[in-house]
Amino acid sequence: MMIPSPWRADFPAIAALQRQDQTYLDNAATTQKPQALLDALAHYYANGAANVHRAQHLPGAHATQAFEDSRLKVAQWLNAGDSGQIIFTHGATSALNLLAYGLEPLFHPGDEIVISALEHHANLLPWQQLAQRRDLKLVILPLDDDGVIDLAAAVHLIGPRTRLLAVSQLSNVLGAWQPLPALLAMAKAQNALTVVDGAQGVVHGRHDVQALGCDFYVFSSHKLYGPDGLGVLFGRNSALEQLRPWQFGGEMVLEANYHESRFRPAPLGFEAGTPPIASVIGLGATLDYLAGLDQDAVAAHEAALHDYLLRGLAARNGIRLLGKPQLALASFVVEGVHNADLAHLLTEQGIAVRAGHHCAMPLLKRFELAGAIRVSLALYNDSEDLERFFEALDQALELLR
Amino acid sequence: MSLPVEAAEALQTFQNAAGWEQRARLLMQLGDRLPPLSDADKCEANRVHGCESQVWLVGELRDGLWQFAASSDARMIRGLVALLLLRVNGLSAAELQQIDLPDWFNQLGLSRQLSQSRSNGLNAVLQRMNELAQ
Repeated sequence: MMIPSPWRADFPAIAALQRQDQTYLDNAATTQKPQALLDALAHYYANGAANVHRAQHLPGAHATQAFEDSRLKVAQWLNAGDSGQIIFTHGATSALNLLAYGLEPLFHPGDEIVISALEHHANLLPWQQLAQRRDLKLVILPLDDDGVIDLAAAVHLIGPRTRLLAVSQLSNVLGAWQPLPALLAMAKAQNALTVVDGAQGVVHGRHDVQALGCDFYVFSSHKLYGPDGLGVLFGRNSALEQLRPWQFGGEMVLEANYHESRFRPAPLGFEAGTPPIASVIGLGATLDYLAGLDQDAVAAHEAALHDYLLRGLAARNGIRLLGKPQLALASFVVEGVHNADLAHLLTEQGIAVRAGHHCAMPLLKRFELAGAIRVSLALYNDSEDLERFFEALDQALELLR
Repeated sequence: MSLPVEAAEALQTFQNAAGWEQRARLLMQLGDRLPPLSDADKCEANRVHGCESQVWLVGELRDGLWQFAASSDARMIRGLVALLLLRVNGLSAAELQQIDLPDWFNQLGLSRQLSQSRSNGLNAVLQRMNELAQ
């Protein structure tokens, strides 16, 4: 059965990669960009760049208008409404570091921060380092056999000392939705702050931060078909009141003196220095593009491709999946074959997949693996991409076995 | 400085190899022929960090000539390391300092294995060899 992507031609890089005999299946790492984004970047730079929130001149007014329009589009994308603010950072990692530094004064020795065993390093290391700085306990929620956070265990681990819960919405290695409503309810019952790492989740389906009820929601633009160098932090109003500025300089200041200063409230107070203006404008264009797509058709396409991927892997001998992937990606190892060897031979055949620890070393160690191969899908992939991958996989395994 | 005989042979073979498949087979053969390291040598101190796979490298000067030995749990990198050892073993310290190893892999048609984004560890192995040879 053929599964064509009706959106493939909207992404010019896919054709360019194909001309270089490259099949791009590393979309959980970063995505190709729609023409609409390329046009927006070209338009901004060709028609007059200017800094934002600083100048009274016309180019500055135009840039600021476009920049703030993007903020509104992001808020609409997440259905933030009046519940909170959208803060632009330099990436999802940067957003999580902002939280780990900006919330630091709230923590006292012995307090607990709860994360899960499947966190990407970006949602592990900032909290680990905060725990070390403030003498806190970092509590790790275990997973069940399907790669989903074990709620029965979580009930006992999220307790009165829990001050903050930070979990991924969708694992970048296991491709499984995490039970956020139950986890967030447990954290809220303990008056803990809640942080959702939406870096993978935001790419699949629309998510409503008000319905989710988290205090903070983080994602990166480049994984959502947007420009790189840009992260998004949604903060609920009440939670933002507890967040201190982390980085200083630029227009985040309200009044500066030599010996003390006052700072702006969110969002500008958390956007020190010149923000990635073109990227913010570009993300707005990407969201316009995505909003114009039939969401049900996109979801159905991604589900069909994922099913195709899983069936193809299941049809081959000796392949072991990590967890029980539900969508977007599949990570696997092959019995008796080193993942570095497989990665080497897939690369030789122009298959761009990720091999290694996927920025989740502790999780791979838990599976007692040094690494795994990950195939990750985007809306522009089609079944021919997967067929090329399977052919290359068969060739590689034939050589290696 | 002339190529060691075995290195010259390997160069000839790789330059005649048609396509990725044959190069991969040659790498695996070379890797399989690499003399095994003792378990004692496969220790943390000899491990090369920065590789996807586990790679160990040991080296010593014998009568003024370098003798390196290495192993890996992955076959491709073992083959790449074997090609490296063919080129460097038996060189004097002064000769080893002069040798252009990236160019050696370039001549073999394997320069892509040394690109910055590669995490297979050949770069890390070269770096470790330099450290040992200091």
